[in-house]
Amino acid sequence: MHEKIKALKAAFPHTIPVLAGFTFIGIAFGILMNSKGYGVGWTFLFSLLTFAGSAQYMAITFLTSVFNPVSALLMTLMVNARHLFYGISMLDKYKGTGKLKPYLIFGLCDETFSILCSTEPPEDVNRHWFMFFVTMLDHSYWVLGSALGGLLGSLVSFNTKGLDFVLTALFVVIFVGQWKTQQDHQPAVIGVFCSLVCLVVFGPGNFIIPSMLAILAVLTISRKGSAEKKGLTEVEGR
Amino acid sequence: MNLAPFQALLIIGMVTLGTMITRFLPFLIFKGLKANNSYLSYLGQVLPYSAIGLLVVYCLKSVNFKGPAYGNPEVVAIICIIILHNWKENTLLSIGAGTVIYMVLVQAVFV
Repeated sequence: MHEKIKALKAAFPHTIPVLAGFTFIGIAFGILMNSKGYGVGWTFLFSLLTFAGSAQYMAITFLTSVFNPVSALLMTLMVNARHLFYGISMLDKYKGTGKLKPYLIFGLCDETFSILCSTEPPEDVNRHWFMFFVTMLDHSYWVLGSALGGLLGSLVSFNTKGLDFVLTALFVVIFVGQWKTQQDHQPAVIGVFCSLVCLVVFGPGNFIIPSMLAILAVLTISRKGSAEKKGLTEVEGR
Repeated sequence: MNLAPFQALLIIGMVTLGTMITRFLPFLIFKGLKANNSYLSYLGQVLPYSAIGLLVVYCLKSVNFKGPAYGNPEVVAIICIIILHNWKENTLLSIGAGTVIYMVLVQAVFV
């Protein structure tokens, strides 16, 4: 028990930016759902089960137009395809997490991924429970935030314009942090460059999957290149 | 509400299913693979950095550089975050200050 509380205490500070971001985006989502005729019960259920902000925003279209579950599934796969990268990145970290593993994978959203891939808990903290609590805290912020929005309806009217930037800021900070600790900047540059090129070529609605393919291709090629270089120096060394 | 409750439930189910496919698939596919697959462990090492790069671009995908604010709030706020984070290395400070700067810019400067 003591071990879990310690892990929870270590996890919480890392999730504060997500608390701010999810409260705001969650409330906005709940309000939007409400305005389309879906009350707090629907919003609560949706956020609890799906836990994927961008897909849920997208799905409002499907909840308010002609019934088309197949399109809803396909659109979700497109919007959330980037999660495939998170999974591949976390294969090692999630190894050996036992009964926590299904929940860790279930809750692997953008924000949880960005925290877990860039953070190690202090040595005296159980790593598995630390990852669990980061995931669980993020999940609960999202569920509670969106439920709150569903309850408030359109009562709130203070000027929150721009507050959603908090999540962009979180990702930028993690990017800068990774940049400073990592000697090899190539993967980060490849990520930004491929995405930018694909954004310009394919437009904001369709650039994610092309970006992922481009990133995979360039990473694979650059690995071959560096492996060959390594092989060459080994030969030269003899 | 345009859909019948069971239809809405089914849509929510589909969105959940789609999301879970994208999250669980890598773990299911690579479960049987040997732990020392060198290509996969290479991807595991470099992909987190590329993925965060993609995520930053994804967040900025709807920024309009052709007006009305020409992407100025985003660019200014991000430059501030980079400088601040290089200098103080305090995650919450960088995120908090960057967000406040952005909010002031979109609410009061580039209206």
